[in-house]
Amino acid sequence: MSIITSPTTSGQGGPKHGGPKQATRKQGRQRQGSRRRVEPIFYLFLVPSLVLFTLAITIPGIVGIFFSFTDSIGIGDWEFVGLTNYIAIFTDPAILQSYLFTFGFSIVTVIAVNVVAFLLAVGLTSRIRMKSALRTIFVIPMVVSGIIIAYVFNFLFSNSLPSLGAAAGIPWLESSLLANPDFAWVAIVLVTAWQAVPGALLIYIAGLVAVPGDVYEAAEIDGASKFQQLLKITLPLVSGYVVINIILGFKGFLNAYDIIVGLTNGGPGTSTRSIAMTVISGFNGGDYAYQMANATIFFVVAIVISLVQLSLTRGRNAL
Amino acid sequence: MTIGSMTNNSSSKVERVNWSATTVLVLCAVTVLLPLYVTVSMAFKTQGQAVDGNAFSFPAPFSLDGFVQAWTLTNFPVGAAMSLLVTAGTVVATIILAAFASYAIVRNWERRLFRYSFFYLLGAMFIPFPVVALPQIQLTGRLGLDNPFGVILLATMFQLSFSVLLFTAFLRSIPMELEESARIDGATTWQTFWKLIFPLLAPMSATVGIFAFLYAWNDFMMPSLIISDPALQTLPVRQNLFQTQFSNNYHVSFASYLMAMAPAIIAYLFTQRWVMAGVTQGAVKG
Repeated sequence: MSIITSPTTSGQGGPKHGGPKQATRKQGRQRQGSRRRVEPIFYLFLVPSLVLFTLAITIPGIVGIFFSFTDSIGIGDWEFVGLTNYIAIFTDPAILQSYLFTFGFSIVTVIAVNVVAFLLAVGLTSRIRMKSALRTIFVIPMVVSGIIIAYVFNFLFSNSLPSLGAAAGIPWLESSLLANPDFAWVAIVLVTAWQAVPGALLIYIAGLVAVPGDVYEAAEIDGASKFQQLLKITLPLVSGYVVINIILGFKGFLNAYDIIVGLTNGGPGTSTRSIAMTVISGFNGGDYAYQMANATIFFVVAIVISLVQLSLTRGRNAL
Repeated sequence: MTIGSMTNNSSSKVERVNWSATTVLVLCAVTVLLPLYVTVSMAFKTQGQAVDGNAFSFPAPFSLDGFVQAWTLTNFPVGAAMSLLVTAGTVVATIILAAFASYAIVRNWERRLFRYSFFYLLGAMFIPFPVVALPQIQLTGRLGLDNPFGVILLATMFQLSFSVLLFTAFLRSIPMELEESARIDGATTWQTFWKLIFPLLAPMSATVGIFAFLYAWNDFMMPSLIISDPALQTLPVRQNLFQTQFSNNYHVSFASYLMAMAPAIIAYLFTQRWVMAGVTQGAVKG
């Protein structure tokens, strides 16, 4: 910074006063100084965060990876067992199922959330009545606690819908969706999407508002239909926002926990157990080291996904 | 332009209200409001009406029995105090620590320590909480932090990455000249930060604070695992703890849900402009 500013200051006021000379000297000293030592207060600003971060995240991370190579049950004696835990995980059907469920659920939810949020955003930015009231309502799910709204939906799925089904004589509605091992995941997708749509919606609205209106006028003159405009103009212009939403959403859904606890608690059986729930089961289940190996694999998977996503977004930094 | 294409597109033309879109959106809004309506109406029902199987009926007669029972059963005042403590602590700690660290990082970017610290703190964005949860439970237990303060510490650290990213991006856009003029007036770095930088950061602090608030107030997973004493649990965890005791007293459970949800919804309704702007800004910049 000082390198850029010093020539202009001395150039502007140089001949008249002695001041600029002083300023140049001072800035030169500052520049030298910054190279030699940092003002101590900056350490005071930075160090608390570094120390607490290391204590709260880095050390537990290292401890966890360390114990994944042991047979520890969380307390007491332990021995190194090498890669035993890791080998066992790859043949554990319960773990494989939790990965399949979590990834399948995340992909379906990401698609559902983005389709709904995008269409709602198109609607909310078009010429409609009650625009601000509707926007206010659509954002409410974002501020509601996941587990609590899951309990509310739990009641609707297991009490209200079946009694409605019985009254209307619709047989497939009469039993609870949550008790069906093949379709309980649908309920989890619905509730997760219900809560995740607002975040994606706000981002899409920001993207749509930034699209200049004359593009559509030109398209209309060329005879493009509303649907063609949506597909050929709007969607490409907000594609950067689509990528953001997919990344943010996928990251969150992979950690799914709260809503599942409130809806099915992993059931029926273990059909809706997420990776997070499986890992946490190591807390009480006595297989601490085993679940730490699972967590370590999950960590590697999360990093790989993040890197893939980062490389996908690299070209879109213009946003 | 033919007449056909004009009528086809007339809905989007200036001053014409798109009624079909409005109708569809209103119907969608109903699906958002329906679960919330059910929560409110169930909470005000009597026990007899709450178990009759019709969730959508209006409470008749209005009853506060659910609230009275939920208040004492879940010990609502303590739960609310714990939620408030965790939320306020996380919001304040996140804003202060992230603003401090970001200012130090941006102003000393040419120093290796500060540059590497930035990437180090950012690393947590890639670490899901479940990955480090088990060792964290042990660590907080050993340090006597298996209480709301431990949750504040951990929640703040998980919010730090994202917040530092937002603050540093914003700080880079503040011209150095502003700060230099304060320095010439004799202000120390500490004074410059509080009198000049921190006020300038206000819009970003609002964004960071909103994210921290929503996370800390609504989270179930972390407090349920970290806080060992059920008496010190936050509101979302209490709903889980008392799930079996609510049993078929739906008016009690829904009154309890409503009391736990309402503060965040009411706070949102009063601050929605900032919440919407903050979330958009946070997602697009972060």
